[in-house]
Amino acid sequence: MNAPLNTQVAAHFYNEMRDSGGAARAHYAAYAAWLADKPHDFMLQKQKEADTLYARLGITFAVYGDEGGVERSIPFDIIPRIMPAAAWKKISDGCCQRVRALNAFLNDIYHQQEIIKAGIVPERQIMGNSLFRSEMVGIDVPGGVYVHIAGVDIVMVDAETFYVLEDNLRTPSGVSYMLENRKMMMRLFPDLFAQIAVAPIDHYTDVLLDNLRAVAPQGIASPVVVVLTPGSYNSAYFEHAFLAQQMGVELVEGQDLFVADNAVFMRTTHGPQRVDVIYRRIDDDFLDPLAFRPDSALGVPGLFAAYRAGKVTLANAIGTGVADDKSTYIYVPEMIRFYLGEEPILQNVPTWQLGKPDDLQYVLDHLAELVIKEVQGSGGYGMLVGPAASKSEIKKYRARILENPASFIAQPTLALSTCPTFAQSGIVPRHVDLRPYVLSGKSVTLVPGALTRVALREGSLVVNSSQGGGTKDTWVLES
Amino acid sequence: MLSRAANNLYWMSRQIERAENAARMLDVTYRMSLLPYRVLEPGQEWAEPWALPLVITGFAGAYYERYPGKITPDNVLRFMVLDPENSSSIYSCIQAARENARSMRGAIASEMYEDLNDFWLKFRGFDPGRLHSGVSEFFDWIKIRSHQFRGVTFGTMLRDEAYHFIRLGTFMERADNTARILDVKYHTLLPSVADVGGAVDYYQWSALLRSVSAFDSYRKVYREAITPVKVAELLILRADVPRSLHACMNEIYEILQELCDDTQREAERLAGELHAKLHYGQTQQIIQIGLHEYLTDFLAGTSKLTDEINKTFLVPVYPPHIVQTVAA
Repeated sequence: MNAPLNTQVAAHFYNEMRDSGGAARAHYAAYAAWLADKPHDFMLQKQKEADTLYARLGITFAVYGDEGGVERSIPFDIIPRIMPAAAWKKISDGCCQRVRALNAFLNDIYHQQEIIKAGIVPERQIMGNSLFRSEMVGIDVPGGVYVHIAGVDIVMVDAETFYVLEDNLRTPSGVSYMLENRKMMMRLFPDLFAQIAVAPIDHYTDVLLDNLRAVAPQGIASPVVVVLTPGSYNSAYFEHAFLAQQMGVELVEGQDLFVADNAVFMRTTHGPQRVDVIYRRIDDDFLDPLAFRPDSALGVPGLFAAYRAGKVTLANAIGTGVADDKSTYIYVPEMIRFYLGEEPILQNVPTWQLGKPDDLQYVLDHLAELVIKEVQGSGGYGMLVGPAASKSEIKKYRARILENPASFIAQPTLALSTCPTFAQSGIVPRHVDLRPYVLSGKSVTLVPGALTRVALREGSLVVNSSQGGGTKDTWVLES
Repeated sequence: MLSRAANNLYWMSRQIERAENAARMLDVTYRMSLLPYRVLEPGQEWAEPWALPLVITGFAGAYYERYPGKITPDNVLRFMVLDPENSSSIYSCIQAARENARSMRGAIASEMYEDLNDFWLKFRGFDPGRLHSGVSEFFDWIKIRSHQFRGVTFGTMLRDEAYHFIRLGTFMERADNTARILDVKYHTLLPSVADVGGAVDYYQWSALLRSVSAFDSYRKVYREAITPVKVAELLILRADVPRSLHACMNEIYEILQELCDDTQREAERLAGELHAKLHYGQTQQIIQIGLHEYLTDFLAGTSKLTDEINKTFLVPVYPPHIVQTVAA
C-alpha cells in the first residue's frame, strides 16, 4: 500500500514537488518514482531510525526557556528537498554577489565611508547603530574580509522567484545540520544516491579551513586555527565541536587562551602554543572583558588588543552586526550597485521601516496582514506574523511598536514554497526556507547545498529550530 | 593537546573506574552481609560490612550528615549508588564522566561517546526500587558497561595524547582504590586469636580478593589456603595481577615516559621511584614496615605524583618569565 499522499495543494503556495495536477515536477521525478512503491510503514521505520540515530549521536540543540531540559534533538525530516541545478546557480551567484558587496560595505564604513558620503546610506543608519563598533574604525583586516562565514536566508515563492529574507553575518549557525543531514540520508537511503546525481557538500570544512588559513596574519608559514566556543552549555555547542573536529583544529574556550605581548596562546600539555586565526562563535560583546563587557567570563583579556595589533585574525571580524541589522538590509541592493557596479541577482523582500512615519502608518493599518520583526532580533523571537496572530496578540504588539517604532521593520507575508514532509498521517506539504553558507577568505564560494528549514506545524510559516522547526537534507542536482 | 581537554579526559576516566570499583565493592559488601559475621567490640561498629565502603572511600562523615543514626543497607546503597549530592556516588561518577566526555567529543572516538552516553541514559532510567531485589545484577551491569567502555576506548582510539591521559586516569584511580581497600580491609581482618583459620576468616579474605577481582588469580598463583601475607603480596607486588599496585604503576610509569618531554621529567621521576619500590620490593620488607605504614607511604607517593601531573599537564600555571620567553 503506497504512502498516502496529500496532493491537495493550497491554491497560493508553490509546491516544490508536485504541480497543481499532482504530477511530480521534473527535478523531483526520479524521487517521486522511488517513493511511489514505498509503503508508509517503510518510511515510518526510516524516520524512527533517523530519530534514534540522532539521539544516540547526541546531536542536540538547547532551546532557551524550554522546560524539556538542557538538550533536545532538532527534528530531521527524511524527505529531501530537491533543487534543479539552474535554480541553485542563481541562488549561488546571488549569494556570492551579496556577500562581496557586504564585505566591501563593512570595509568602507570602517574606513572612508564613501557610501555615506555618496548619500546612499544615511549616516544615522550606521553611526547611530548600536552594533557599529567604533573601535574597529581604521583597523585593516586581512584581505579586507570581515565576513568569512555568512548564512543567507532565502525563500522561494515559485520556480524562478527567490527572495533574500535576511543576511546573517555575525555567528551564523546550522551548517553542521546541513552536513549531518546529508550523512544521515546516505546512511538511510544509499540506493537513492546511486540513482540520483546529488552534488556533494562534504568538502565544506576543507574549504572553510583553507579560507581561515588564508586570512592569517602576514608572514605566518603554518597558521594555527582554532574554534572558540562559549562552552558545552551553549545552544550551538554541538556545531562548534563538530566544525573543530572536521577541520582537525582545536576547540577552545576563553579560559584556554591567554594573551602575552599582544600575541594569543593556548594552554597545552606541553606549554603555550601560538594561535593565529580564531573562528569565534562568541558574540563581540563577550570576547574580551578588557575591551567589551567587563563581566564576560567567556572571553580572553587582551584579545582585542592582539586583534588590533594584527597579531591574530578573528573570523568573523568584530563589528559585522551593523551589516546584518534588518534596517541595513534595505540598502543591500544599493550596495551591490555601488561597490560592484552590478544589478542584484537576488531580490530583497519589500520592507517598510517603521522609523519612517508614512511606513509606520501603513503598517499599523495593516498589522493583520504583515510580518513585523525587531531590527536587531534573531531566531524568530519577538516577531509578529499578522495572519497567524490573535487580536489580542496584535494589540500587544502594536503597543510595543509604538514605544519605539524605529526598532521594527515590516514585510509582506510571503507565500513560502512547500516541500513534502513526512508526518505521522502521511506525506504532507510544509513551508520551507533555505540557508546557504557563503565562505570568504581565499575566494568567495559556496558548496552546492544548504540547510533547508521546515515549519513542522501545519500552516506554520515559522521555520526556526528554536521555535519548533525541523530540517531537511537539500539536494542540488548535478545537472 | 589543550590542558583543559587532558584534564577532562583524565577525570572522565577516573570517574568511570571509580564507579566500577564502587559497584564491585558494594557487590561484595552485599554478599558479605548475607553471611554471619563476628560480633564486634564496642567502638568497632565501623568495621561491620555496610560501614566499610564508607570508610574506604572516606565518605563516612558525609554519610552521617545525610543519614544520621544507624547504618542501614538501604541507606548506604542509596548514598553510594544514587545520591547526586555524594560526589563519589555511582550516579555522580557516571554523570560527571559523561559530561566530561560530552564536552570533549572532538577528542574521543565517536563510538566512545555513544557508548558512554548510552550508559548514562540507561543508568538514569534505572528504577531505584530494584536496589532491593536485583542489586547484584545491577552491579554486574555496571561492571560490564565499564569494561565495555574501556574496550571501546582500547579498540577504537588513536594512540594519541588523549588516549594516554585516559589510560593514566584509569590506573591512577585503580592504584588508589586497591591501596585503600587493602588498607581498610586488612586492618579490620587482622586475625583475632579466635578466628585464625576459621570459616569466617576464609569468607572475609576471599571477599577482599573478589572486591578487586583477584580471587581466581590467588588460586592460580598460590595453590594453598588464603593467608593474609600472600594476599598482600598478590595485590601489591605481583605484576601479573591486573589490579595490583605493581601492575598499575607499570602502566603509569610507561605512560608518563611516553608523555613527558624534556622539561617535564619530574613527573616521570616520581612515577619511576614508586614503580621501582614495587618492582624490586620484597614481601618481607612490607611485613617489617607494617602493611598500614607501607600503604600510607604509597598513597602519599601517589598524592605527590598527582600534584605533579596536575602542575605539569592538566592545570599548568605559567610563571611570568615563561610567558615572556614564549612571546619573544
